[in-house]
Amino acid sequence: MAEERVPVLESKSLGIQFGGLKAVNDVNLQVYKGELVGLIGPNGAGKTTIFNLITGIYKPTSGSYFLNGKRMNGLKTHQVVAEGIARTFQNIRLFQKMTVLDNVRVAFHKNMKANLLQSICRTKAFWKEEQETTGKAMELLKLFGLDEFADQYAQNLPYGKQRLLEIARALATDMKLLLLDEPAAGMNPVETAELKESIKMLREKFQIPILLIEHDMSLVMSICERVYVLNFGEVLASGTPEEVASNKEVIEAYLGMEEDDEGGAADA
Amino acid sequence: MAKFIQSLANGLNLGSIYALTALGYTMVYGIIRMINFAHGDFIMVGGFTLFYMIPVMTKIGLPAWFSVFAAIIVCVFVGVATEQIAYKPVRGQGSTTALITALGMSLVLENGALVLFGSAPRNVPPMFDLPLLKFGEITIPPQTVLTLAIGIVAMILLTLFVRYTKLGKAMRAVPEDKIASTLVGINVNRIITITFAIGSGLAAVASMMYTTSYVSIKNELGITLGLKAFVAAVLGGIGSVPGAMAGGLLLGIIEIMVKVYMLPGTYEAVTYLILILVLLIRPSGLMGKAVSEKV
Amino acid sequence: MPGKMKRNYGICFAAVILGFLLLCLLFDTSLLGKKAVYFNGLIVIGMFYTIIVCSLNLLTGYMGEFSLGHAGFMSIGAYLSAIVTTLIKDNMELPSLVLFLIAILVGGIAAGIVGILVGIPALRLSGDYLCIVTVAVAEIVRVVLSNFGIPAITGSATFGKSFAGIAKVSDFHYVYFTMVICIFIMYCYIRSGYGRALISIREDRIAAAASGINVTKTKVLTFTISAFFAGVAGAIYAHYITTLVPTYFNFSKSAEFLAIVILGGSGSMMGSIVVAPILSALPQLISYVVPAFASYRMLIYAVILVAVMIFKPTGLFGGREFSLPNFLDRMLGKNKKEKG
Repeated sequence: MAEERVPVLESKSLGIQFGGLKAVNDVNLQVYKGELVGLIGPNGAGKTTIFNLITGIYKPTSGSYFLNGKRMNGLKTHQVVAEGIARTFQNIRLFQKMTVLDNVRVAFHKNMKANLLQSICRTKAFWKEEQETTGKAMELLKLFGLDEFADQYAQNLPYGKQRLLEIARALATDMKLLLLDEPAAGMNPVETAELKESIKMLREKFQIPILLIEHDMSLVMSICERVYVLNFGEVLASGTPEEVASNKEVIEAYLGMEEDDEGGAADA
Repeated sequence: MAKFIQSLANGLNLGSIYALTALGYTMVYGIIRMINFAHGDFIMVGGFTLFYMIPVMTKIGLPAWFSVFAAIIVCVFVGVATEQIAYKPVRGQGSTTALITALGMSLVLENGALVLFGSAPRNVPPMFDLPLLKFGEITIPPQTVLTLAIGIVAMILLTLFVRYTKLGKAMRAVPEDKIASTLVGINVNRIITITFAIGSGLAAVASMMYTTSYVSIKNELGITLGLKAFVAAVLGGIGSVPGAMAGGLLLGIIEIMVKVYMLPGTYEAVTYLILILVLLIRPSGLMGKAVSEKV
Repeated sequence: MPGKMKRNYGICFAAVILGFLLLCLLFDTSLLGKKAVYFNGLIVIGMFYTIIVCSLNLLTGYMGEFSLGHAGFMSIGAYLSAIVTTLIKDNMELPSLVLFLIAILVGGIAAGIVGILVGIPALRLSGDYLCIVTVAVAEIVRVVLSNFGIPAITGSATFGKSFAGIAKVSDFHYVYFTMVICIFIMYCYIRSGYGRALISIREDRIAAAASGINVTKTKVLTFTISAFFAGVAGAIYAHYITTLVPTYFNFSKSAEFLAIVILGGSGSMMGSIVVAPILSALPQLISYVVPAFASYRMLIYAVILVAVMIFKPTGLFGGREFSLPNFLDRMLGKNKKEKG
């Protein structure tokens, strides 16, 4: 579907080794403009590790990755975010003892112009920007139906809402690519449906490409345009959900898991 | 040369005191990931026990060094009481709470001693009556040999204990995974209490070693000695028993050497400089293992 | 500035002026008689304690890291400012306010520079390890000050193990406004984008970085600001007490500051502001009546500290801020609501 264009995200034989273990090895993947790409695979296949590589939390030991053609290796996490990659976490990482509103406002900080002196002297510019930021943050919260909780501590939100808040916070960084790490994990069917709607909504509204790690296969199959299947740190197969679902190796990887003593088979 | 060997002997003497103290830190840190600031003060408690018990022992006709047993009893009591009263209730409330509580207990003991014994230094009477050892120009005080010997024996016993006994194995299992330890039938609370008991017992032995070599004690002994020993524990790699020994001995030798061959007043600064450098260059210490956060 | 904010700031400003007038009434008139000098001293001590405790709270409460070396930063501010003012004093005649301003700026900047130098490498560490590094830094400073006294570079002051003859310019009028400004700056820092970034790091370092926060920069900046104000407090102390001894700035002093932060409530500026002057002045007041109390002071603190950790780890104010305008609103609640 996207032959000649420069991919938004591209990794070229990306890999990382922990001691002797190749947690991720020779991974080539592309995410094009406006695409929703799924990243699936059994537990321990290295999906989250790839996210950690892309966001600069781990340093790749081989290969490189590019955002809109710009090499990103070696950037620190906040620099990666500044370049335009935002993410959520598998085990929700919110700022628990900050309000829902402040959770989102934090993510605006990197683009705020008021310097230290202006902030301390409480200049007009400072107040203006504070108000603008609050306004933008409230808009984002409204999109996810979180505006009514704005003044509550993030830790008091119900689980499903916490996941949504994490996505809202990621959006506030003004990114070009969104990485979602198992957003549906631990959600009940109602919450999952809500999440699906939210993802659809944010694709329509923001037109941003998304790379999605997910165990909920029905969700992946219904919303992703392309899927990469990861096993033992390597890409096993890729293609449309239908192609992947009928791929022999993929089926083996999932069915063979009983012997491998891996969890998560039930999701497949 | 004679001066060097003399200094080396003094360094080993001081170092074995640090090492034994550092063991107390390392054991507690290893098991509950908490800097027990009060550990140095346990030594101070031991020192004052010796100060008061030695005359009593002599009076009732027992050898003076029997008062070590009294010191061990008192230190173990104080140590276990500290753990039960202060540390146990805050366990699981995060490392910052634990840190403050430990600091608080250290201040309680230090200032409690100030109230009880005043701030004037006391001289602990000698426990052993041994002849000076002379090797040509070098005079080695007998307590140096004794301290070193006791230190080494204590360390060997501890290593054997941790490595080969059932209790020792349980002590190593708890920090790996508290819940799993409980599941395989280890009473975690009991293990932690025992760790404190052993650590405090070692503090009593360390107080004996300290008083035979340095005689004078006061209520602030705990903080200075405790901080140094903590440096030793970090230097060796906190959580590692052989690391604590190596770190302690090394630190003792370095301090004495700086005192003798460089500016005498600055040896403390050097100690802390070493600590900073170790933490910045190799935070896991000489023998520790690095731990990274899971994302 | 939004309207409600304007009103709140106005109320606080009025309270500050009111407090000042009250102090003037007490000390500039003969109301207290002969004891005025003594109480005047207590007030100055209470105020520099407030500054340093707030600066430490910035680290403890908002950054979530501990410093057990704030006495070290304070001593740097104290010594450096004293050296500079002594040099100036011997060579020219300056009004005491100017000398005081020079002192606090020099003290703050000196401590701030050391804060940067220490912070850049050390803030890669966190938790227990960072705490120990701050102890180490303070101890090094103390040992250096005890051993390398700068031999009499000036006529009137003697350097070395104790440093006497410092100009007594920490007048409570100046110190009061210095304290207010220091607190205001720290408050504004916390209530800005910078402060939110800081708190987010406390809550989750990795998520903060993933939200675009430069974790290292924010931490070093905060550490430097904290050290700056510790230096300001040191300068005030030096120019109040007029004789400096290195042993004053020892581990126990740092521990005392930290204890006060925790007792007031880590993460509550108002807690520090209320508790610091009380805990610094109260013991002295009691010792004034019962001399033996001095040796019990730290024991009592320590016992309370442990008890607070066990029963109410969040401290007196529990991380909440007490806001004077909101308090007034509540007191006058009904009328206000009716008016809209």
